[in-house]
Amino acid sequence: MMSKIHVSTTVNGQPEEALCEAQQSLLDLLRDELGLTGTKEGCGTGDCGACTVLLDGRLVCSCLVLGAEAQGKEVTTIEGIADADGLHVVQQKFLEHAALQCGICTPGFIVAAKALLDKNPDPDETTIRYWLAGNLCRCTGYDKIVRAVQDAAQELAHSS
Amino acid sequence: MSTYAYVAPTSIDEVLSVLANAAGNGERTQLLAGGTDVIVQMRSFDNEPRLLVDVKHLAETNEVNIGDEEIFIGAAIPSGVLNESDELKSLLPGLLESADLIGSTQIQGRASIGGNLCNSSPAGDTIPALIANSAVCVIATRSGNREVPVEDFLTGVGTNCMSAEEFLVGMKIRRPPPRTGDAYLRFIPRTEMDIAVAGAGVSVTFDGDGVCTRARVSIGAVAPTALLVPEAAQALVGTKVDDGDLRAAEAACSEAASPITDKRGTVEYRRHVVGVLCRRAGAIAKERALS
Amino acid sequence: MAEAVELKAIGTRPVRPDGVDKVTGRANFGADMALPGMVHAKILRSPHAHARIKTVDVSKALQLDGVHAAISGKDLPQEGANDLSVNILARDKALYHGHAVAAVAARTPDIAERALELIHVEYEPLSPVLSIDDAIADGATLVNENMYTNGDRSLAPSNVAAKQSFERGDVEKGFAEADVIVENAYRVPTAHQGYIEPHACVATINEGGRATVWCSTQGQFDVRSMTAGVLNKKVSDIKVIPSEIGGGFGGKTTIYLEPIAVKLSEISGRPVKMVMNREEVFRATGPTSATLCRIRVGAKNDGTITAATAWLAYEAGAFAGAPVGPGCMSVLAPYNLENFRIEGLDVLVNKPKVAAYRAPGAPQSMHAMECTVDEVARKIGMDPIDLRLKNAADEGTVAPYGPRFPAIGLVECLKAAKKHPNYVNKPDDGVGRGVAVGFWFNIGMQSSAEVRIAENGGVTIMEGNPDIGGSRASMCLMAAETLGVPYETINAHVGDTEATGFCNVTGGSRTTFATGLAVVQACEDIIAQCKERAALTWDLDVEQVDWQDGRAVPKPGVNADVQPLSLADIARSAGRTGGPLLGRASLNAQGPGASFSVNWTDVVLDRDTGKVDVLAFTAVQDAGRAIHPAYVEGQMQGGAVQGLGWALNEEYIYDQQGVMENAGFLDYRVPVASDMPMIECQIVEVPNPSHPYGVRGVGETPIVAPLAATSNAVRDLLGFRINDLPLSPPRVLEAIEENA
Repeated sequence: MMSKIHVSTTVNGQPEEALCEAQQSLLDLLRDELGLTGTKEGCGTGDCGACTVLLDGRLVCSCLVLGAEAQGKEVTTIEGIADADGLHVVQQKFLEHAALQCGICTPGFIVAAKALLDKNPDPDETTIRYWLAGNLCRCTGYDKIVRAVQDAAQELAHSS
Repeated sequence: MSTYAYVAPTSIDEVLSVLANAAGNGERTQLLAGGTDVIVQMRSFDNEPRLLVDVKHLAETNEVNIGDEEIFIGAAIPSGVLNESDELKSLLPGLLESADLIGSTQIQGRASIGGNLCNSSPAGDTIPALIANSAVCVIATRSGNREVPVEDFLTGVGTNCMSAEEFLVGMKIRRPPPRTGDAYLRFIPRTEMDIAVAGAGVSVTFDGDGVCTRARVSIGAVAPTALLVPEAAQALVGTKVDDGDLRAAEAACSEAASPITDKRGTVEYRRHVVGVLCRRAGAIAKERALS
Repeated sequence: MAEAVELKAIGTRPVRPDGVDKVTGRANFGADMALPGMVHAKILRSPHAHARIKTVDVSKALQLDGVHAAISGKDLPQEGANDLSVNILARDKALYHGHAVAAVAARTPDIAERALELIHVEYEPLSPVLSIDDAIADGATLVNENMYTNGDRSLAPSNVAAKQSFERGDVEKGFAEADVIVENAYRVPTAHQGYIEPHACVATINEGGRATVWCSTQGQFDVRSMTAGVLNKKVSDIKVIPSEIGGGFGGKTTIYLEPIAVKLSEISGRPVKMVMNREEVFRATGPTSATLCRIRVGAKNDGTITAATAWLAYEAGAFAGAPVGPGCMSVLAPYNLENFRIEGLDVLVNKPKVAAYRAPGAPQSMHAMECTVDEVARKIGMDPIDLRLKNAADEGTVAPYGPRFPAIGLVECLKAAKKHPNYVNKPDDGVGRGVAVGFWFNIGMQSSAEVRIAENGGVTIMEGNPDIGGSRASMCLMAAETLGVPYETINAHVGDTEATGFCNVTGGSRTTFATGLAVVQACEDIIAQCKERAALTWDLDVEQVDWQDGRAVPKPGVNADVQPLSLADIARSAGRTGGPLLGRASLNAQGPGASFSVNWTDVVLDRDTGKVDVLAFTAVQDAGRAIHPAYVEGQMQGGAVQGLGWALNEEYIYDQQGVMENAGFLDYRVPVASDMPMIECQIVEVPNPSHPYGVRGVGETPIVAPLAATSNAVRDLLGFRINDLPLSPPRVLEAIEENA
């Protein structure tokens, strides 16, 4: 039988414990062991970005991280973006701009877009497009997504 | 082994003893840094269970040291982290751009130059940039570190000179002298997310009169390993690296290339484009050297 | 009719009702379902593009610890097995690389994967048929030895499953009248829908034979009937619960997994989950047809097109059923022609069975036509929009496929394009511009809807079309408009096959039109009931009651001293007036109304590498009436980018054995955000006379014109034409060198 690895990690601020196999991805750990299915799998090879999460504050594809590597780290998923005050402004702007159609890529885009604005509060269109190049969307043609991120940046600038 | 296993040693000695033990037991090991190649390979064509040895938890593989003579870059540093160093960016802009080209922002959060090198793909983007910058691999062995120039490190498609009991600690790069510039360009069909169809790294040094005194040119994705192209360098040394000189280097690169036809490009296409990339990268390197 | 009424809700851009769940990760998609005791199934796929299957032995796989069940094609019902069944699990032949051959259910996905390696299959490889040219050549290897063209057994078996043609007038006379004739052959490669969510389902079946299936689909009722068909079960013994759907574009109108999951559940006694990986999605689902299209167009120097012929060959994959019919219907649809001939071929090859992909068949044939028309415009020195205006189909034109067009918006789109600032401003030096027209006929079909009023007046719409791009919002807007109540008081629910009345698939751009029509009629049913309840309350005749702004009021001139009754008022007292308010409608919607578009794009070219970059793209399209304009624009923008991807880089690359070499998002290169500019949209509204608010389907048309628009833009830059797609850098560079 496989010997499982005990992983202690922090997900969206909550300490979590899980058992995982050595080759199991962080994505599978989140979805199958911790029940956090907001993070999606589109390709399993790091090419679509649907599984985007933050690992110790850095954007990663959770399909290309081993669950075992989350030991002692802080993971932020789509479920950790909104808070008790409600939706994050990026989430709100995705809704207002109709920046989602089917919605499967949306969690990844929102985690990635929020990370961009945390790092660079005033990105131009080109910066936004290149930052989000690892997030595939097949429905929107990206136009409304880029506009939603631009609008979120503006709103954050006004509110700060 | 019948199942995968994972260890995360915290010292060079510990890594070496894990590798030695496994070798003694006939167990297969797999070094793991950012995992952006290794984990994909585990999912697709190579799912044989093995011991995953995570080399990210060592001080040495995470070290960046910018000395007066030499720059050391730890093997496991994600390129997203490297690219946050303004000093490194100003010293080795071409090398950092080559790392920055690999995959998405998400991939940048994990992928390392050391990993790119150890994966030893003919199309690895950082490899021509490393070769152009005369980078040397620092390899930990049971009898101490050994050093191998990057162009000699690679031995074929997906293979390199490290034994199963060794691992890459980092890369040493000569600190660029004054009036030196580097650049790396690759061609991909999209703007992001593709593997290089061809790539070219150039480093040039000029004297006070604007004459090139030293050049290194390396090309990628056009042979089983990235190639150092001395003929292209010779076309630049002693010149002002003007358009005609760059066109001579372009021709030398096209001549040196021995590409294949595959889903990413044809022989003819790669041979042509690798020269174009050398010419363009050379012009950028010159501008950087003289500005 | 709509024109007489000032619209309040329709045309606004509110937040979709399912939005919050989709931006917070709460929404459940296909792979998010889990049941207690669930096991996981994986599929063994053929390593050959064409091979006889001599034996399949799953016995060793069954012996592996953790394996619960294993099946092959012989475990599915054989009698009456249709193409769908044989595609789901191969029988005597593997017909394409990746064709499913066996399946295993095990405790974990990993165990199931390992068990697949223990299945022994004996193949006798056959030579694969990999192109239209090979398939229609004399003496071609047969993909299917029992295939006769159009079922005509007096002929020899053939890889041409079907031929069809439309003809009108005198083509030879038309060409004789022409001052210029342009003839070209064009190839468009196989492309995949590329939805980000792989196919996924969970199925369970009880000892009484009742099955429940959760899955990601464009049509839960179609999953029910198809699964029943494959398993030889009664439709009423299967319940299908649709999850949220992570993209489909036509690719989720058929099934691949569900009967296997039900069968494995029947054997194992456990719920069975199946999730494809991306490689499987590329190798064994979707794609749309590669085509070879020959077009000949003759025109007078004043731009009048005197004749056109189209010969259109579509790869069907390994089973008959390429979208050759719609390709033929669309190819000449924008033109009012006296003389034409269209011939279409449905051609078998050893590749995956094609599935619908957004305006199925139209992008390929219209790419050929719109490129040819562009050449005609260049030859006679006419603006490409003027040339199309000269020949444009309009109300009353008899479409090439038969019916007379009612009000359509092609002329309006062309005129809007002609005066659009992005068209008026000429491209800079070094920038190429290409124009093309798009078309889709749209479909109606069957829909049902219920409108349920809660005791506080809240409105729930229950319908049966999975929401693939904001259709819940459209339903709520039409209900808000009809009922006269605020959008925010309405919710729309997509029901399972037992919770809601029958609806045909979400596809063909029918949902907002047909299901929308059902919702409007169900709301009218509610209004009628509200009037009755008010009449009862006020002791008036129902004819004396009107419905205005969401309230029952006495009609003008009716002498009654009463306060208006809102929907909430009537709902609160419904128990005293006859019970809960429940409106319903079911219909077979007629007159979907075609949607035309005009697109143009500006591109630049790196002549050293052959790389084309898109600088600007503008889409003008007739939506009839845009219910939620942001989601109409979303369709236009998303379709444009899919079309641009197909034009520039997307293609299935096969080796000589018929193995797809680029079965992943790394090398099947869909556009990424940094590849694309903003996609500018102008919505034209020529109301569809068959819908109370004038709706036309808008989802299909946007993918049609970008292919030729891009080709024409590159042609504009190069001074010569590259006939084939994609315009990938190696192809463009090679053409530049050949023409140097």
